[in-house]
Amino acid sequence: MLENRRFVIIGFIALVGLMYLLRLFYLQVLDESYSIESSSNSIKRVIEIPFRGQIYDRTGKLIVYNTPVYDLLVTPYKARVDDTLRFCQVLGIERHDFDSLMAAASAYSRVKPSLFLRQLSKEDFASIQDVMVDYSGFEFAKSSLRTYTAPTLANTLGYVSEITKSQLEKQEETYYRQSDYIGQSGVEKIYENELRGKRGTKFVMQNVAGVYKGPWKNGELDTMAVAGENLYSGIDLEVQQYADSLMVNKVGSVVAIEPKTGRIIAIVSAPTYDPNILASRYFSKNFAALARNPYKPLFNRPVMASYRPGSTFKLIQALIGLQEGVITPGSGFTHANCPMHCHNHPATGTVALGVMHSCNPYFYNVFRRIIYKNNIKNTFRASAVGLDNWHDRISKFGIGQRLGIDLPSEYKGNLPNKKYYDRFYGEYRWKFSNIYSLSIGEGELLITPLKMANVAAIIANRGYFYTPHVIHGIGDKKSVNPDYLIRHDTGVESHNFDPVIEGMVGAVEGGTARRSRVEGITIAGKTGTSQNKRGDDSSIFIAFAPVDDPKIAIAVFVEYAGAGGSAAAPIANLVVEKFLARKITNKALEERMLKADFMSKVILPGVKKPATADSTKKKPVTPAKPVVNKPVAINN
Amino acid sequence: MAENKPITKNVDWVVVLIYIACLGIGWVNIFAAVYNPEVHTSMFDLSNNAGKQLMWIGTAALLVVCILVIDYKFYETFSFIIYAIIILLLIMVLFAGSNINGSRSWIKIGAFSLQPAEFSKLAVSLAISKYLSDPAISLSRKLKDYYPILGIIALPAFLILLSNETGSMLVFASFAIVLYREGMPGFIPAIGMVMAALLIITLLFVKWYIAAAIIVIAGLVIWLMPVMTRRRGGLWATIIVAFVMIGIVFGVDFFMNNVLQKHQRGRIMVLLDPDSDPRGIGWNVIQSKIAIGSGGFLGKGFLQGTQTKFDFVPEQSTDFIFCTVGEEHGFAGTAVVVILFISLISRLVILAERQRSRFARVYGYCVAGIIFFHFMVNVGMTIGLMPVIGIPLPFFSYGGSSLWSFSILLFIFLKIDAQRPFTLSRG
Ligand SMILES: [Zn+2]
Repeated sequence: MLENRRFVIIGFIALVGLMYLLRLFYLQVLDESYSIESSSNSIKRVIEIPFRGQIYDRTGKLIVYNTPVYDLLVTPYKARVDDTLRFCQVLGIERHDFDSLMAAASAYSRVKPSLFLRQLSKEDFASIQDVMVDYSGFEFAKSSLRTYTAPTLANTLGYVSEITKSQLEKQEETYYRQSDYIGQSGVEKIYENELRGKRGTKFVMQNVAGVYKGPWKNGELDTMAVAGENLYSGIDLEVQQYADSLMVNKVGSVVAIEPKTGRIIAIVSAPTYDPNILASRYFSKNFAALARNPYKPLFNRPVMASYRPGSTFKLIQALIGLQEGVITPGSGFTHANCPMHCHNHPATGTVALGVMHSCNPYFYNVFRRIIYKNNIKNTFRASAVGLDNWHDRISKFGIGQRLGIDLPSEYKGNLPNKKYYDRFYGEYRWKFSNIYSLSIGEGELLITPLKMANVAAIIANRGYFYTPHVIHGIGDKKSVNPDYLIRHDTGVESHNFDPVIEGMVGAVEGGTARRSRVEGITIAGKTGTSQNKRGDDSSIFIAFAPVDDPKIAIAVFVEYAGAGGSAAAPIANLVVEKFLARKITNKALEERMLKADFMSKVILPGVKKPATADSTKKKPVTPAKPVVNKPVAINN
Repeated sequence: MAENKPITKNVDWVVVLIYIACLGIGWVNIFAAVYNPEVHTSMFDLSNNAGKQLMWIGTAALLVVCILVIDYKFYETFSFIIYAIIILLLIMVLFAGSNINGSRSWIKIGAFSLQPAEFSKLAVSLAISKYLSDPAISLSRKLKDYYPILGIIALPAFLILLSNETGSMLVFASFAIVLYREGMPGFIPAIGMVMAALLIITLLFVKWYIAAAIIVIAGLVIWLMPVMTRRRGGLWATIIVAFVMIGIVFGVDFFMNNVLQKHQRGRIMVLLDPDSDPRGIGWNVIQSKIAIGSGGFLGKGFLQGTQTKFDFVPEQSTDFIFCTVGEEHGFAGTAVVVILFISLISRLVILAERQRSRFARVYGYCVAGIIFFHFMVNVGMTIGLMPVIGIPLPFFSYGGSSLWSFSILLFIFLKIDAQRPFTLSRG
């Protein structure tokens, strides 16, 4: 019986064979669309690259847009250049450039088009176009350049450049091809999929000489290119540029957030550079110069640089103490029995006064109570439990973890817990006396400027925050990343913020930051000094304003500038005034800050003598002659 | 005891000649695929695929001689040991393999790489044949007799899946043919095909229409059913089958729209409609159809192809070698290749049927089934009748592992077949 199944099997095999023969007969003999008259004609796929999406600021001003440019491609085996001299003249290149370009293109492939000159401007293109008809083997491809309205936000926006070999190999879906452009950092990288749009594909017929013979199959299979989606940011370009100008000749960051939404108003990474220099034909040269710069302008300080928060951290200590119930708004502490130093100031009989005068022993005692909770029978065990409880509370402020901003390489900082100290001392071998420097934001704490701005936003909101973000709307519908609509609660009740805010207002009105107060605007702020072993301390200030209806929360970090009141507080308050009042009343202060130079104090690794201010200023490289880019093949 | 002397007399020359023809045509087309009109390319240059393939053909010939010299009983006796060795290699390659094109499944020997996954077909064929050579095993009556077979297949399939070679894994589906021949009830492959058909239909048409069509067909079946059958449960059986089918339709639809991500859905859709993504996976299908279609009846002539040059067709010398045949030799060429394969496979089935031992018959069917599956999927993919699954065309595609494994697979069977006159029936 089963032997007979062989007939079924052979029948099935023969049926498949027959089906395939019929299909082949149809494809090869009957269907005319594939057999183009001349056997040497071919079908070519032409890729149309769409414009990348544009980026807008909060007032609708364009920040980034595209300028059309033209790439010149060469197919070596078709190239005929009889009078090389004239050819070079037209393109404005030297004879040896021509030779090396041709050699490089031939080395890649004799039969595929390679990039010859990239990013010719519209004007250059117009003047060359007519002449190029005389030379076969050359063709133009339309492309575009990212263009920036203002020389600002370089690290935040990031740059776009040719995809690297390893990126090509690593891509999950095969979307990019060699010589494609891709967002490499900042917003350009994070929103690459939204910005890049959708490539179009056209199938065209051409004869053996590469002459266009019309669309294939009447363009049935062609797809249109779709431009990338526009992005809407909360950046205030005017305030951003003002903050930029205040940070000239300084190393540090400014981060301003709208507390009610988490949108970033301004974000400065100083020193900075003009983003246009990385969107030009001279990308490689300019990028190399930036990468070599000892002040690391490519290092996105607001999210990547880490500092000890210093006294600004006392605000959080006070909030945790109040929430834990270990202190009340009326708790007072003196300098007695404290290993920490302090300066001369009036008595600190309340939380508000402790904050206002930034009293070290005050917060030593607050932290001691948080850790021990009046349980000092077994100090080792109490410290372990107390620290982990403290760690969990502080984590809710976003400290010691990534906030999730839409910028790459966010540093998570450091917030020590029990495990952390166990590694150094061993379990139950350490206690409060080993870790008390945490009470004033020193020790093993590390935060980024972004996180401190977020802390200011939390205090402004009296207990919650939205993840800070640069972009809040994507595309025509201005759709929002849902993660940015989640309200994160810190678990500190609203009423516990009152004494802390009172102290912050006091600090600006008559305390550590009094010299930079702004007429007509009530600012709540707190200075901090981050110890720097290499040179002068970093100046820190966090603030928000107006106190009764906060519209802006800000953190300013200036490296090598000393105490918080010296540089960070004036810069922060000027930016706040610019944002809220659109004018500056204290012109003298503004003048002083614009001129202040803390960059010359920077001690570079390996450099004995501080460099002079001049050599540190950013200098966009503009080479005299056209830079010849290495040709890269285009896969058509 | 068998005497080994008249091996050349007893070996099946029809198969050998087809084998040689395939190697020859394949090699010429690999040369055409890598040929660059701008640069003088030699057929014997070891730096290109054609030259390398010639080396693989030479070594394959040596292997064939070895296989023909070794005692035919060796293969049956050592079936499980060969299986175990290949499994060990598959495990080894997971840890120590070289990574080529994102798949960690290669063993590098100098400039050449071997892929153990290619040899797993041989191992599974031998193991299944050995297992089924026990006459007490019946696939038509005892369900538990299937378990060892499933185990034999599942183990290498799992290992191959781990090393990211989905194509090689799907080849195990070809064992359905041998299981069917050995007594697997016919409804199992039938259900498999109905499921595949339903899946494809669901992706192409509106699910409500399909449901309506199934209900209409079920109604017709019940109406046409003899009254006796209907009373003996035929009515309910038909209704249940119809509901299960509708359930599958909606299940597939739900899975596609709610479980899969957008890009995964696109990957499946493009298999059915390459035009839906002309620049992604659909690009390969469109381009290979253009290449084959532009060949016309007689083709553009040797080395005159344009579509298969300049990388219009990807992987021209490996998985898409059939395109070169189609473009340069037209329908005449493709028809010859299809007929060669159908003749080879049919001849193998006939040879398998004339075996006296069950081991030899089962093994013969395994060989026929594997070659058939590769042919069906590879050629079907280039002409847009099958999804794009990267498996080679036996004896044609460039590649040492696949040429070696198919040669070994085939000649072990020819060796066993050549000994047939001397063996006694056992099953
Ligand atoms: Zn004090």
